[in-house]
Amino acid sequence: MEIKENLKYSRDHEWVKIEGDKVYIGITDYAQDSLGDVVFVELPEVGDTFDAGDDFAVVESVKAASDIYTPVSGTVVEINEELENMPEMVNEAPYESWFIALEIDDPSELDSLMDWEEYQKFCEEEEA
Amino acid sequence: MSRYIPNTHADVQKMLDKIGVSSIEDLFIDIPKEVFLDRDLDLPEPMWEMELQSHMEELSKKNETVKRNICFLGAGAYDHYIPSVVGHIVGRSEFYTSYTPYQPEVSQGTLQAMFEYQTMICQLTGMYAANASVYDGATALAEAAKMACSVKSKQEVLISRAVHPHSREVLRTYARCNGIDVVEFDYEDGRISIDDLEAKLSNDTAAVIIQTPNFFGILENLDGIGELVHGHDALFIVSVDPISLSLIKPPSEYGADIVVGEGQSLGNPLNFGGPYVGFFATTKKLTRRMPGRIVGETVDADGKRGYVLTLQTREQHIRREKATSNICSNQSLNALIAAVYMSVMGREGLKEVGNLCVQKAYYAYDRLLEIDGLKAVFDAPFFKEFVIDIGKPAHELNRALLDYDIIGGYDISRDYPELEGSWLVAVTEKRTKREIDMLAEKVGELL
Amino acid sequence: MKDRKLIFELSREGRRGYSLPKCDVPERDLGELLGEDILRKEDPRLPEVSELDVIRHYTNLSQLNYSVDTQFYPLGSCTMKYNPKINEDVAKLEGFTDVHPYQSEETVQGCLELLYNMETLLSEITGMSRISFQPAAGAHGELTGLMIIKAYHENRGEGHRHKIIVPDSAHGTNPASAMMVGYDVVEVQSDERGCVDIEALKDVVDEDVAGLMLTNPNTLGLFEENIIQISEIIHGVGGLLYYDGANLNAIMGMARPGDMGFDVMHLNIHKTFSTPHGGGGPGSGPVGVKEDLIPFLPVPMVEKKDNKYYFDYDRPLSIGKVKTFYGNFNVIVKAYAYILSMGAEGLKAVSQNAVLNANYLMTMLKEYYDLPYDRYCMHEFVLSAKKQKNFDVSAMDIAKGLIDYGFHPPTVYFPMIVKEALMIEPTETESKETLDIFARVMAKLSKIAEEAPHKLKDSPHRAPMRRLDETRAARYPILRWENEG
Repeated sequence: MEIKENLKYSRDHEWVKIEGDKVYIGITDYAQDSLGDVVFVELPEVGDTFDAGDDFAVVESVKAASDIYTPVSGTVVEINEELENMPEMVNEAPYESWFIALEIDDPSELDSLMDWEEYQKFCEEEEA
Repeated sequence: MSRYIPNTHADVQKMLDKIGVSSIEDLFIDIPKEVFLDRDLDLPEPMWEMELQSHMEELSKKNETVKRNICFLGAGAYDHYIPSVVGHIVGRSEFYTSYTPYQPEVSQGTLQAMFEYQTMICQLTGMYAANASVYDGATALAEAAKMACSVKSKQEVLISRAVHPHSREVLRTYARCNGIDVVEFDYEDGRISIDDLEAKLSNDTAAVIIQTPNFFGILENLDGIGELVHGHDALFIVSVDPISLSLIKPPSEYGADIVVGEGQSLGNPLNFGGPYVGFFATTKKLTRRMPGRIVGETVDADGKRGYVLTLQTREQHIRREKATSNICSNQSLNALIAAVYMSVMGREGLKEVGNLCVQKAYYAYDRLLEIDGLKAVFDAPFFKEFVIDIGKPAHELNRALLDYDIIGGYDISRDYPELEGSWLVAVTEKRTKREIDMLAEKVGELL
Repeated sequence: MKDRKLIFELSREGRRGYSLPKCDVPERDLGELLGEDILRKEDPRLPEVSELDVIRHYTNLSQLNYSVDTQFYPLGSCTMKYNPKINEDVAKLEGFTDVHPYQSEETVQGCLELLYNMETLLSEITGMSRISFQPAAGAHGELTGLMIIKAYHENRGEGHRHKIIVPDSAHGTNPASAMMVGYDVVEVQSDERGCVDIEALKDVVDEDVAGLMLTNPNTLGLFEENIIQISEIIHGVGGLLYYDGANLNAIMGMARPGDMGFDVMHLNIHKTFSTPHGGGGPGSGPVGVKEDLIPFLPVPMVEKKDNKYYFDYDRPLSIGKVKTFYGNFNVIVKAYAYILSMGAEGLKAVSQNAVLNANYLMTMLKEYYDLPYDRYCMHEFVLSAKKQKNFDVSAMDIAKGLIDYGFHPPTVYFPMIVKEALMIEPTETESKETLDIFARVMAKLSKIAEEAPHKLKDSPHRAPMRRLDETRAARYPILRWENEG
């Protein structure tokens, strides 16, 4: 299982990449593996606003639909439309397949996220 | 024991031994005493096969039929000709005794037929995708309205008063418990009133629903309506008669987002109202918001083309309370009937059916208008059905016509009090000139 | 191997399969009659094929299906029993098929009498007071029943009740139907015996509860033994009890939902009363209610006065209509014929033998498969392929393996509370010999799972198709045929 050193992680297995007051959010290798073959990603629209903990997207496999939650609050400024045509990217390259870019309301929310080492430990505990 | 239960006494004994109980009753021990039925059900003595047959024949003979009479009754259910082929195919028990094709490797018959049905509905309506059918035209319309409200996150739908009264009633029933407001807009000379639609249309509107041919049989002119509706960020839902689409412009060309309708006329018997089949088609963008089962193409492990139920995450068995609808069963066999009907009719045949309906309906209209006292009600083009003012209650005329083995038109004042004394007459390809002449003659005598 | 052709690919321009009358009235120009701009410019591309093309195409397609008439079809929760042929015959009588729903009442007395009689029969079987035939299928019945519950509460000034409780073992239609009528769904978990956990139920019950939906026997094939207590808890807070009739085949003549405290229920006519499933429909899902709820049933109801039958539309508290006309009438005709053939004794024998067959099969299979709830079952039972999963063989692999032996697979992965679920419902119309062979095959598959799992992962080998790629179908949806030329 791959974990990137330059990213932050949530307990719902989302990764967060910070670029100033903008963050990119996607799902981790661990998450894509447990979801199975992704067949569709339902994304929000640019301009939608979310509070930390809200579900903002749905990832579908053939026989399941899973909500994806944002770990931070903010406004959607970009969505990755490529995922609508190539959902398999979530399986093949989870860390390149960002779902949305969010302009964040409160940078202090980022403090609650795990770094890569904490996340690795978290996954090991989940497995056990 | 019953001929449908093969277990012999010896079988039962061996099975009980294997389970390790002494009687069948022992297997029911979880049913609390208080609710255990301590008497026999009070039902009639069982009938043997011939007795049952006679009983059913006797009951059936208490009904008048469109075979023994000449039928000019429509109003949402039509006496079209059903080719012999249809019964032979749906009578194949590999089709009718199978179930939902959850296991595609052993359900390709049903799956491929549904894929063909979906394709035909797309071709008729011009839409991108169709589902594998819902219960009937009215529930299709109600589901469409609900889908529009969910897509647009709004709670108001506008529906033309010229939509079938049952569809409007079913819509109201579905809408009421969801807090969806159903607002009707009026008609003018038999077609939708654009003024009233414009007056009622607002940014709160999730959908506008129009039927063509409408309940009066009249073809709506819907050019420009799509733009008007979309201008208010609402969806445009059109309910259509599938046979009319062999001749009439498909709803995709005037901006429909969802097209629904009653598919009974595609080879399904009248059946005293059911089972029929509702079709449901939409745009590419909205495909994943559709209710109901959908069949899609794929390949098997050898790369051979095959079909499966797909986009199932929309459905109740996966998403439960977050599903697009609660619908589970479709009307698969009735959709199969429609597919076989459209295959045997084909491109030319369906057009011919459409043309015969128009020609004969206009002939009947003209013949009836020749009668003193009968008046036109609307002045607009119609397809296979028209409204005519007979100047007296239609049910009285109908009762008198029955003496001549004629099932007359629909008493439209039941639903439109302002059309008192009006009659909705349907003429399909089955009616002959002689029958139409006879109708005109008898109506002339009786009025 | 070549792909099987679609009907469109058989099309040849100018070929005809139809027979229509000549136009015997003066023919006029369509553009003049209807207006040129309303006409279609391009024909819909329906196939152009001969009558034999149609017959051969669809006959060949039919032969690709497994069906009750050709195979054992133990699809759990679906009651795939034999569909008696006499019922098909009588339903095809002209006096039932060729009747227009808007004909005047005096011309449809036979249809009305049938519906009236059928209501009496089903009321007796279920213990309900009145029944509406309008719902077209089980889920439609649930929707209607919940609308009735909502109307009932609102009429009593208790419109605030917004919760519907469903067990975690419930059919997906239950929560989805509750959502369709605007209710919030509260899930209650099952206990270690596979029934509603009474303590957990007490925890979620309050004055906001509109009702509880229950399948009994439940989807594990187990009778809810605490039904009386459940009924007291729900009624105690003013809620109503809804019976999902999917599993009624287990208890006819033995117990009645009405006597268990249920207030509203639907029947799955196409399951319990032997009408064909039709490849997914038409079904029929009549809704029955107790006395207090009668005013809320859909319009119209069939009534009898002076030996005449008629439709009663004068029902001011009714929820309205849920379907055009009066329901799937022709399906009701078949079920009516079935009940008349069986009688009270016959229906009781149906349930007794359905339960006997299920227990017999369960006893044989639990040697090879994990049985999560090891107690007498009703008409069906749920196994888990947990043991086989150790060899990387899933419930789905077992299901596909069965296909090669000429059996339709059981329901898999439902109910969701059992991992690797295999839900098996043999029905009363199968013989001991069939069950014995099926059990031997299941035992053999379990052995193959241990010894040569790859064989199962590849199966089926002898079906009309190999395993189909569902991921591809969902990722890149192709939902209609398009001419490649």
